[in-house]
Amino acid sequence: MNDQISKEDKALLDKFLADNQLFLGPDPEIMRNHSLTPRSRAEDEILKKGLDNHQVHHVRGLINAALSEAFTMVNQMGAAPGAKWGDLVTGIYTAQGDLAMIAPHGIIAFAACCFYPIRFIVKYWSNDPTVGVKDGDGFIHNDARYGGIHNTDQSMMMPLFYKGELVCWLSSTIHEGENGATEPGGMPAAAESKYDEGIKMSPFKVVENFQLKRDLVTFLQNSVRDPKLQLEDMKVKLHAVMRLRERIIAILDQYGRDALIGTLRLHLEDTETEMRRRIREMPDGTTRVLQFMDSSLRENCLQKISCAITVKGDRLIMDFRGTAPQFLNRSVNTNIASFKAALCTGLLQNIWPDLPHTMAVLSPIEIITDRNSIVDAEGEMPQAMSLMPLFKGCVVWTIPMNKFNYSVPHKYSAVIASQYDQAATFIYGGLTQHGDVTGNFCGDINGNGQGARSHADGEHSVSPVFGFMCDSGEHEINEEDTPIIRLGAQRLAKDRIAWGKYRGGMGYEQIATARGSALWGFMTGCEGSKFPSAQGLFGGYSCPSYQLMKIKGINIFEELKKDPKVVEVFDIVKLMNERPIKGGKYSSNDMGMTFEVCNEGEIYMICQGSGGGYGDVLERDPALVMKDLREDLMSHENARDIYKVVYDEKTLVVDEDATKKLRDDYRRERIRRGKPFEQFCKEWVTPEPPKDIPYFGSWDNNREIYATTMGQRVKMPAEQLQGAFMLNPKDVRIMQLEGELEKVKAQLDDCRKKA
Amino acid sequence: MKVLITEYLRINLDTEQWECRRCGHVHGSARDNYKRGLLVYDRDPREIHKPLLDTRLYERTYSPDPAWCRILEYYCASCGTMVEAEYLPPGHPPLYDIELDIDALKLQWKDRKEVVEPTVGPDLALEKVKNNRALHADHAHGHKH
Repeated sequence: MNDQISKEDKALLDKFLADNQLFLGPDPEIMRNHSLTPRSRAEDEILKKGLDNHQVHHVRGLINAALSEAFTMVNQMGAAPGAKWGDLVTGIYTAQGDLAMIAPHGIIAFAACCFYPIRFIVKYWSNDPTVGVKDGDGFIHNDARYGGIHNTDQSMMMPLFYKGELVCWLSSTIHEGENGATEPGGMPAAAESKYDEGIKMSPFKVVENFQLKRDLVTFLQNSVRDPKLQLEDMKVKLHAVMRLRERIIAILDQYGRDALIGTLRLHLEDTETEMRRRIREMPDGTTRVLQFMDSSLRENCLQKISCAITVKGDRLIMDFRGTAPQFLNRSVNTNIASFKAALCTGLLQNIWPDLPHTMAVLSPIEIITDRNSIVDAEGEMPQAMSLMPLFKGCVVWTIPMNKFNYSVPHKYSAVIASQYDQAATFIYGGLTQHGDVTGNFCGDINGNGQGARSHADGEHSVSPVFGFMCDSGEHEINEEDTPIIRLGAQRLAKDRIAWGKYRGGMGYEQIATARGSALWGFMTGCEGSKFPSAQGLFGGYSCPSYQLMKIKGINIFEELKKDPKVVEVFDIVKLMNERPIKGGKYSSNDMGMTFEVCNEGEIYMICQGSGGGYGDVLERDPALVMKDLREDLMSHENARDIYKVVYDEKTLVVDEDATKKLRDDYRRERIRRGKPFEQFCKEWVTPEPPKDIPYFGSWDNNREIYATTMGQRVKMPAEQLQGAFMLNPKDVRIMQLEGELEKVKAQLDDCRKKA
Repeated sequence: MKVLITEYLRINLDTEQWECRRCGHVHGSARDNYKRGLLVYDRDPREIHKPLLDTRLYERTYSPDPAWCRILEYYCASCGTMVEAEYLPPGHPPLYDIELDIDALKLQWKDRKEVVEPTVGPDLALEKVKNNRALHADHAHGHKH
């Protein structure tokens, strides 16, 4: 084609292409831009005129109260387990679709991703004669490719018109869970393509004249395993947003349109300015961290996330180049917009929690990735279990930002090691005892142990990595609704600690079975069974690795009927080592398990994990070691071997002098066995990853990426990443068994010949 | 003027050297990787995260897999304090984790007062969790927590 076309022809061509776009897929112009849009004309006029700061503060308070009220409505009325435990948000956006404020208790991650679908609606549906945006309309959405964290979350978005002018957008989002995917509960690790992920709603109109369109609701109900939940929560979100609308209109009536529009925009700009001020306070330079994920949730494989944070003046650049490539047929990929939402969460949860919860905190940060990496996967890739890289994104800041922030004279928040970062909970599905079909997840996902701090131990099972406001729920409610019976719960996982001068906050054990269901099953989606996940800080150790334990082929209810004392205490380590239930098949497995049927009375056991430790174990106050022993958090063996404390086991009285001597001796032992860095590296560093580990990501050069595809190791230039295709684990197992069978047959033939 | 960089490391801006905060030992140039001045030990992770399950019965026991993960322990060559514990796959090059612009650092601290002991920031995340728990506990749902 002639590239010398005139301006008029170019405009005509652009219009033709725009009018004849065959598919309005996720728009890179929207999805790759996490920064504030430039001021609209109205915003610019209002801010140039100037606003009364006292009034702005007052209006902001009123908006906060309105958001909080709508949040409480959803929290109290929502049917999804996620709604009950606080996995939701209500938000207000500028007319252009920038997310200005979320409810004070809302999930922070949503603050950095709910705006994408609204920008899509503004760009594509506003002027489309077949759709349009009118007063009383409401739009639904769940496909993370158009914005959002992952496809379990459904939003209701509504434009607010005041005196005929669109002045802002309002929304409510809930982690609904069930979405009709190939496995129940909405987060299918078994998804091998995006078409296994269940319903994928690009933003579309589902409400007119403030009423749900029943034909569309019915279609959606038919697409998920829990049709009642689908209807109920659509109504809940709609009415919460309508209440929010009433409150915002009252603000508009009282203070006028300029006050509202100006406050929303100013809130965003002020936040961005404060972010830049804080970045300037940090030293210039680069700090780095590596994270290793050891499972695709279908097989063990080692995926690296590489992160370098560079500060220069008021610029902060996060460079993820060198990270593992995307998987063609595994669901642990994420798109870049969702990954950025995770980054925003981490910043607001553990670095600067005092900043307003808005997208503007991420706005000044520059993010560099390799396209088609696991954190920047293309749209066709399955991403139903994107939680794996997303949770890493939530904690990726912790270590490198502390290496910047430790020197800053004024600290806005405590220096803290990484929080435990796995979705350690049971995802379930099947028929309830009431005969309903269901699928969802348990609130234990919200019980991640806190990282140790520079001045104190981490708090046990404090919150999820994605929002410090979520609760871990009531098992009694879960037992009323589902056949899940908790045989053991909230028992802190003894000895599974990230050690340090201050230890990480610990996780707890979850022991579950099913009763009274004709068909029930569980899945779990965690990595960290081989390579620990939560990192320590400044010499503190990471958490240990965690596994999924099972006792299959028994019915615990029958066993308890026969002998009520068959199990002394439901404690994972005791059950697995002592094997008190005869005839059971005991196994210890990877924490990634696709959906598996649980027959009545079979036992599944997992743990929430510990946050990372802080500082040298030899500096732990012996009194804190004794406290941990008194609280039965750890065994004597570890008190002696790890912390090197000399004490009386019965009285727990510490021999201070002997402890000092033991620790001094041990420091000398370290000096004796440690090798100078250069010499160590000569012996330690290998030119490429170990051959027998399926390794994904860079090794010594972040422009060269390793992967294992179709069972073969390959090396690719980082600029041309190809997705890895994984073999079916069952085929791999069959091949292994066939190989063994051949070997045994050959031995048998030899024996026969000799005979 | 000395700037505290981690729990165990500081930079002496006058000499441009990394120093141990426990014993004052000089690790090396602040324009270089501080790890070059430390001693390193390759730790079997099973010694730190000990097997809790019977290893005769199970392969996976809460211990990391030593074929997949090692712990590099970095010690001060003078006092033996553990400065870092780095978890890596076997053979992976150690990370150059702190690379600061020393000229910019000098400029930044020109008008700042020396900090000898680091301040402790407020524990805002935990505070928010506790507030929320209190809020939840106040909800009328039949009983008080």
